[in-house]
Amino acid sequence: MIIDEYKKPQTIEEAYSILTTKKNSQIIGGGAYLRLSKKHISSAIDLSNLKLDFISETDDYIEIGAMTTLRELEINEITKKYFNGIISNSIRNIVGVQLRNIATTGGAISGKFGFSDLITALSVLDCKVILYKAGAVKLVDFINQKYNDIVEKIIIRKNNQIADFQAIRNTKTDYAILNVAVSKHTNNSYKIAVGARPGIAIFAVKAEGFLKTVDSSKENAEKAGLIASQEIKFTSNFRASAEYRQELCKVLVSRAICNINK
Amino acid sequence: MKIKLKINNQDKIIDIRPDEMLLEVLRKNGCLSVKHGCDTGSCGACTVLLDEKPILSCSYLAAKAEGHSIITVEGAQKKVEQISKYLVDEGGVQCGFCIPGLVLTVMSMEKELNNPSEEEITHYLSGNLCRCTGYSSHTRAIKKYLEEKK
Amino acid sequence: MKQVNKSVPKIDGMGLAKGKPAFTDDLADSNAIIVKVLRSPHAFARIKNINVDKATKYPGVECIFTHKDVPRNVFTRAGQGYPEPSPKDKFILDEYVRYVGDELAIVAASTDEVAEQAMKLIEVDYEVLEPVLDFEKAENNKSVIHPEKEPYTMFPMGFDASKNIACTYDMHVGDVDEVLKNSEVVIDKTYYTQAQAHVAIETHSSTAYIDHYERLNIITSTQTPVHLRRIIGEALGMPINKIRVVKPRVGGAFGGKQQIHGELFCALVTLKTGRPSKCIYSRKEVFESSFSRHAMRLNIKIGAEKSGKLKAIDLRVLSDTGAYGEHALTVFMIAGSKTLPLYNKVDAVHFGGTVVYTNHTPGGAYRGYGAIQGNFALESAMDELANKLNIDPLELRKMNMIKEGETSEIFKIMGEGGEGTAQIIESCKLDYCLKRGSEMIKWNNKYQNKNKKVIDDKVRGIGLAIAMQGSGIPNMDMGAASLKLNDDGFFNLLIGATDLGTGSDTILAQIAAEALNVPVEDIVVYSSDSDLTPFDCGAYASSTTFVSGNGVKKTAEKMKNLIISEGAKHLKIDVSDTIFDGKIIKSKDGENSISLKEISKGWLYNYGQAQKQLLAVDSYVGKKSPPPYMAGFAEVEVDTKTGHFDILNYTAVVDCGTTINPKLALGQMEGGLLQGIGMAVYEDVKYNKYGQMLTNNLMNYKIPTREDVPNINVEFADSYEPSGPYGAKSVGEIGIDTPPAVIANAIFNAVGVRITDLPITPEKVLLAMKKKQIK
Ligand SMILES: Cc1cc2nc3c(=O)[nH]c(=O)nc-3n(C[C@H](O)[C@H](O)[C@H](O)COP(=O)(O)OP(=O)(O)OC[C@H]3O[C@@H](n4cnc5c(N)ncnc54)[C@H](O)[C@@H]3O)c2cc1C
Ligand code: FES
Ligand code: FES
Repeated sequence: MIIDEYKKPQTIEEAYSILTTKKNSQIIGGGAYLRLSKKHISSAIDLSNLKLDFISETDDYIEIGAMTTLRELEINEITKKYFNGIISNSIRNIVGVQLRNIATTGGAISGKFGFSDLITALSVLDCKVILYKAGAVKLVDFINQKYNDIVEKIIIRKNNQIADFQAIRNTKTDYAILNVAVSKHTNNSYKIAVGARPGIAIFAVKAEGFLKTVDSSKENAEKAGLIASQEIKFTSNFRASAEYRQELCKVLVSRAICNINK
Repeated sequence: MKIKLKINNQDKIIDIRPDEMLLEVLRKNGCLSVKHGCDTGSCGACTVLLDEKPILSCSYLAAKAEGHSIITVEGAQKKVEQISKYLVDEGGVQCGFCIPGLVLTVMSMEKELNNPSEEEITHYLSGNLCRCTGYSSHTRAIKKYLEEKK
Repeated sequence: MKQVNKSVPKIDGMGLAKGKPAFTDDLADSNAIIVKVLRSPHAFARIKNINVDKATKYPGVECIFTHKDVPRNVFTRAGQGYPEPSPKDKFILDEYVRYVGDELAIVAASTDEVAEQAMKLIEVDYEVLEPVLDFEKAENNKSVIHPEKEPYTMFPMGFDASKNIACTYDMHVGDVDEVLKNSEVVIDKTYYTQAQAHVAIETHSSTAYIDHYERLNIITSTQTPVHLRRIIGEALGMPINKIRVVKPRVGGAFGGKQQIHGELFCALVTLKTGRPSKCIYSRKEVFESSFSRHAMRLNIKIGAEKSGKLKAIDLRVLSDTGAYGEHALTVFMIAGSKTLPLYNKVDAVHFGGTVVYTNHTPGGAYRGYGAIQGNFALESAMDELANKLNIDPLELRKMNMIKEGETSEIFKIMGEGGEGTAQIIESCKLDYCLKRGSEMIKWNNKYQNKNKKVIDDKVRGIGLAIAMQGSGIPNMDMGAASLKLNDDGFFNLLIGATDLGTGSDTILAQIAAEALNVPVEDIVVYSSDSDLTPFDCGAYASSTTFVSGNGVKKTAEKMKNLIISEGAKHLKIDVSDTIFDGKIIKSKDGENSISLKEISKGWLYNYGQAQKQLLAVDSYVGKKSPPPYMAGFAEVEVDTKTGHFDILNYTAVVDCGTTINPKLALGQMEGGLLQGIGMAVYEDVKYNKYGQMLTNNLMNYKIPTREDVPNINVEFADSYEPSGPYGAKSVGEIGIDTPPAVIANAIFNAVGVRITDLPITPEKVLLAMKKKQIK
């Protein structure tokens, strides 16, 4: 990575204006992933001075500032309290405390990494990404579209969902071979997201549909796992074969559903 | 570019490149205890404390550290000696390359976790790889240290 | 024994923990020229043309070397003794590049950034050649990896570059085919072991400068300073009296730093510019462009009676040495010579095979050194035999394994690339190791051949294996030491032995202290400096404690005798009437006496014509290589739905003779076991179809973290090796050998599937289980 100039703007307007006027400029969150790239960055825009480092709670939402580190996200009482601690659980095995003290929520979302544990977890919650210019965007839409914008924060609706996160890793701190998040509303509707396929998290829509119509028995959880594993596309890489990922999907989805219904 | 930061409780103004990592800057400024072990943020050998929290100096832009306070093993010799005594006694320092980073992480663990279980200890320290010892001696030493400190 | 068999804290432990500058990069001149290497993007290519004009002109570039600018001397980087048992097949730089990461050009510049930029300006015109990436298809392949004419071997080893053969070997005792034919049961299996990376946390590092005597000084993270001096001289065509090699503290090595790496490049740059230089490998370079464990295919046949008595073992090996032949012959031979003697009562045994060149990263020395590969095959096959015969695997081992007072013909037949050395085993506590280990892990309660209970999708299993290693290379490896007496009665111990973090400086000080009966603090150690310290072959082949340890013991005994004889002169009493107890030199009746403190001062300062420097030097070459032995056991819990498994317990009982320093010996064992577990379960050097390494960083190549450590229990058997220093054998390598077979056996015991190719991943376990269900 080469950086020509380093900027720490005092306002988000200023940051945005550099981002949109300077070719090859780049937002720096923690910078932990960017440094692995071979990018030549003209202006590095460090958001440290914009007070985007917060986790707060309103009546309806949890709000997480883009510069909140993954470590804060992991140990914060608010994130631990809701959704059976799925946010905290999903990121606790990312490398180590030292990396999680650097990597930011904004970076973890904007990177749109296929292996992302956080995106899989957030996908099953009612989560919106607040962009400086584009405003509030649903997480799925944010993932599927390109924005030349700044993530200010993410907001998650507090809606009594129960949720569970499952992942299989090689060593304990490796990238997930497959990760799965499942949530359930009071109205018996489920959200099932499967990530690290190795592609980014997508929804198991058919399995979600199936669960709407049946009771919460173990057999139905297993059936839902099977449906999910058949509707979702997996590919092979050196971490695992598509075939193995498909098997894991079946088991992890069903286990997550069972945990929720315990 | 010039940045202002505190290294081991000393105010410094340092000339850096905008893309320089904190690791290189610290080593250039005499903190040779900070080790380079990988290029990907995976090993923990480069751990330093930034405002008392452990970070990977290899993955942290020096420019980002502007205005912050950094502690390396050079700046915490007494505490390091207290912890290391247990590591040395248990045979937990083999080549020693991973140890400065480990000890700094132990220092912050001590502050953050109250009475940690063995599982919490290994989880907190899991970002510090060691290829020599097999880790068991570290765990024995750290448990003993925390126990006797009480 | 006062100073040995005692857990003295490692003498450099605290200094290292406190971050004292002690490693190569810490010691390099702050203005050292940065040396970088431009490396091949192709697995196999010929350089048609290489143009460095633009790069040379780039501001800040000091010099650039290509194959046209360096001496063309063929050598081997193996870092072994002399004559070298590895093919000489390497040039500093060559017109061929033989694997992705092979050296194309050396760039020296003022900073890293300048060097990186300059490398981009080097124009290379390649003739891309068809690489050999499947080692089972390497022999007689139409792509010949070493078409040049210079490579040769220093003694016959079946080297045939035209067929991509680095070496071959074959030996037998009795008629194996005949005995197998007449055996009641035969196990006939093929196993595969993968390439493993060393992953010492310090990357390969070296620095060079010219001193005020105009000699080339190299400070480098190496296991073999003296061999390195010899090889650098050979490669550069330079007299070795102009070269000094110093090993500072080394940040882990495990065999990876036995070979030479960046030293030659630094040497070239410093010789050309007259200025200090340094070459610090990136992690990617260590993965791609240093060395890894030789991947192997092992075909094994075991013939036995129904009673379980072994009749014959036939082991045939194909080994992948990658682009160059470092340690090709010796690692491959040890797959047989340090496993087959475990079962010494067979009627016939055969070992043979071939080591081939491929366009992979070269194989090299790695802790376990062939024994771990051979052990996986042999001890997996023994488990298969036990299962087939429905005999407890523990009993099968007991029935057939080597015992104290016995020998194996293999010791005499197979050595370091050539003939071996016959030896009677004077210490072997394998029977105790098995018995104690089985108690510790509760084998009898847990070992159950069939009908395992599955609870919550989880099922447990248990497995075991035994292993042996060696203690140095007999009649070849030498370790020497010198001891100097100083005023105030303390000693300088100078040793060529190389401490890699293993603690050898400490244990050698303990051995000297024991022989002199002085406290360890009175022994000041300085090691591994080719100018200042006596010869030592270096740290490999599990030699340091046994070979260098014996050298130190002899030296210290010599010093003790010197103190007695010179002390007698001073006291004017008869030598036979003089004793030295570590503090006082005195007559037996105690009438005449003087303290070492006092006499040492007098000898240096004020005894007039009786003043003298007491200095003792001695060396040791092993007459045998007594093997350490161990039994390893593991209990695993397998998730039958995902194939994922946890190793719950790993128990090891080890016979390494006397443990000179029990805590440090324990550290060697625990570290070795976890590296072995890494190889068994997590670690795998993988390439894509172009021969590019997919696992060239620590994000993709995973070593165990501290959260992956099972409950490890190590105990040492009470054992004494008569030929060892105070009864010691080696302990550095043996720990790594058992985990692959032990875990494979435990998985089989749990879920009835046998993984025959390492690593044993959850994916392989699950897919094997599914396949079995379909059947
Ligand atoms: C060794 C290693 C292992 C990892 N393992 C895992 C893992 O197992 N699971 C997992 O989920 N993650 C893993 N990660 C990724 C990690 O969790 C973070 O997602 C990653 O480091 C990015 O965070 P960052 O703050 O460092 O982002 P940066 O590196 O700073 O930025 C990443 C990208 O996001 C953009 N960006 C950053 N902030 C904003 C913003 N506010 N608005 C708009 N764009 C922005 C940047 O421009 C850049 O393109 C790993 C990372 C490393 C280095
Ligand atoms: S050097 Fe390995 S994590 Fe920083
Ligand atoms: S002691 Fe060598 S890496 Fe930890």
